[in-house]
Amino acid sequence: MKRIISVFTVVFLLLSSLSLAGCGDSDKIVLKVYNWGGDYISTGEGDTLDTIAEFEKAYPHIKVEYTTFASNEEMYAKLQSGSAQYDVIIPSDYMIARMIEENMVEQLDFSNIPNYADVMEQYKNLPFDPNNIYSVPYIWGTVGIIYDSSVVKDVPTSWDVLWDPQYADQVLMFDNPRDALGIAMKKLGYSQNSTNAYEWQEAAEELKKQKWQAYLMDEILDKMENGEAVMAPYYAGDTLLIQEENPNIAFAMPEEGSNLFVDSMVVQKGSAHKTEAEQFINFMCETRIAKANVEMISYSTPLQSVYDELEPEWKNSKILYPDREALDRCESFVHLPADINALIQSLWLEIKAG
Amino acid sequence: MRKRMATPYLIWILLFTLVPLGMVVYYAFTAKEGGFTLQNLTNIPKYAPVFARSIWLALVATALCLVLAFPVAYRIARSTGNRQRTLLLLVMLPMWMNFLLCTRAWMTLLEDTGLINRFLGLIGLGPVHMINTQGAVILGMVYNYLPFMILPLYSVMVKIDRSVIEAARDLGADGIRVIGRIIIPLSMPGIISGITMVFVPSVSTFIISRWLGGSSNLLIGDLIEQQFIGSAYDPYAGSALALVLMVLMLIIMAIMNLFDSEDIEGAMI
Repeated sequence: MKRIISVFTVVFLLLSSLSLAGCGDSDKIVLKVYNWGGDYISTGEGDTLDTIAEFEKAYPHIKVEYTTFASNEEMYAKLQSGSAQYDVIIPSDYMIARMIEENMVEQLDFSNIPNYADVMEQYKNLPFDPNNIYSVPYIWGTVGIIYDSSVVKDVPTSWDVLWDPQYADQVLMFDNPRDALGIAMKKLGYSQNSTNAYEWQEAAEELKKQKWQAYLMDEILDKMENGEAVMAPYYAGDTLLIQEENPNIAFAMPEEGSNLFVDSMVVQKGSAHKTEAEQFINFMCETRIAKANVEMISYSTPLQSVYDELEPEWKNSKILYPDREALDRCESFVHLPADINALIQSLWLEIKAG
Repeated sequence: MRKRMATPYLIWILLFTLVPLGMVVYYAFTAKEGGFTLQNLTNIPKYAPVFARSIWLALVATALCLVLAFPVAYRIARSTGNRQRTLLLLVMLPMWMNFLLCTRAWMTLLEDTGLINRFLGLIGLGPVHMINTQGAVILGMVYNYLPFMILPLYSVMVKIDRSVIEAARDLGADGIRVIGRIIIPLSMPGIISGITMVFVPSVSTFIISRWLGGSSNLLIGDLIEQQFIGSAYDPYAGSALALVLMVLMLIIMAIMNLFDSEDIEGAMI
């Protein structure tokens, strides 16, 4: 099968090289960067900094080819198909753990990444890359409850509030088993990385107890902004964006703790331009570049110098930078064993198909 | 020479339809660890409720399309000149807009606080809960695929010889008889291809159910999408699902074609 795919790849590469020939950039090194879609880098829109153009200015012999994915799994599927070779990829924590386990990423040469020194201690040696040899953190954030404060009068303190019968049919839920079941796990006081099958089954039962308005992902943003739902779990940083449109929207971090995600930069195994990839990673950690990116994404930065330079309204935001104590209650996803993953998938199907 | 003219198309279909189809079949019978397995297919029965729901919703949408499209297509076929061109243009107008945009727009329209409910509120009605229901999914299917029913019907009906209808009238058939014994039987090829063109995309859609059904109305399309680019990531199970869906569609199409091939007398209702 792999062979058929590679025949395809060769055909397509031939076709694409034909069409690109004569563009004049042929003597440049092409660095392929694969990142999350939807404003996950500063693009120069408005008066922001075009960080990729800045990189190409600093390294005139490199041309960046930037593509995006919508989910970690989509990215993984693309790599698995064997039809794509990227240099720099920016997936999330648990997916990086999986890629390390499956030998899909290169060990980094940190002498090419001096800016790594700027990474705050708590974002080094994270559980998915315990000795920090494969990845450099790009951005992080937490998941909490966003709610319409004109309807929900009391500040939510627990995930329980999503299950409050008076809000039945008015609450949205993540359309993704790891996030949705993870929230039920936290509500029950279990770890989101549990390897205990019974706990996951209990979480599935818990999830079935509420009548959710819908299971959605990015669409949650729109629906909350327009007041279609009163509550939803969502990413902390996006709250600031929604608040610009709908000032009634507020954010609460449940006391049981939540998910802390870290999206980190890695180099795909087999990259022909590993040094340039490391230069790119290093460049993305430069203060002015990383600051532009974090301001565009409106999530949280792992870099000390960037944090120090942020506007006070960002820096002091408890939504973006919660207290240490709240952060300590959060967990990052790890890559679960295959049997637990399979169980989660079948429980999810049962919930959704029900 | 004439034979060779089809060559580009044959190469195209070989490369981009038959080869991928072969890959789907290959994956469906391959285990995650490699090697032959029937496991992917024997797992399918647990998805039975999803298959049943998809087929049911697609059937309802197809039936609604047929009922709505038939008179429209007839009206267009019987009109002439500019009027006919204008009517055809109106039918095709929604297809000029991207299908995803249309569906997304319906999501906004149908919300509890959406445009429709705000309007109903103004005249003292509602609010009517529409979004995230099976009805909304069917509406999305009918809206998006209605032109695919109207156009084949029209292209068959426009060829019906007017004198056949006049002859039936002269021999004393009333309006209902003319429709039942002349127009419907003569439109049968259009009906069949219209049903195919609406049913197939309806049964395999995933974005309509996600946006208008709130994805608690999971369809096979959603299931397959989850296996390939979604959280479930299991292209082997996904291929098995796609294979079963294709076989089911083929069976349904074969049944449909039975009606088509029977002589006109037999197809009369």
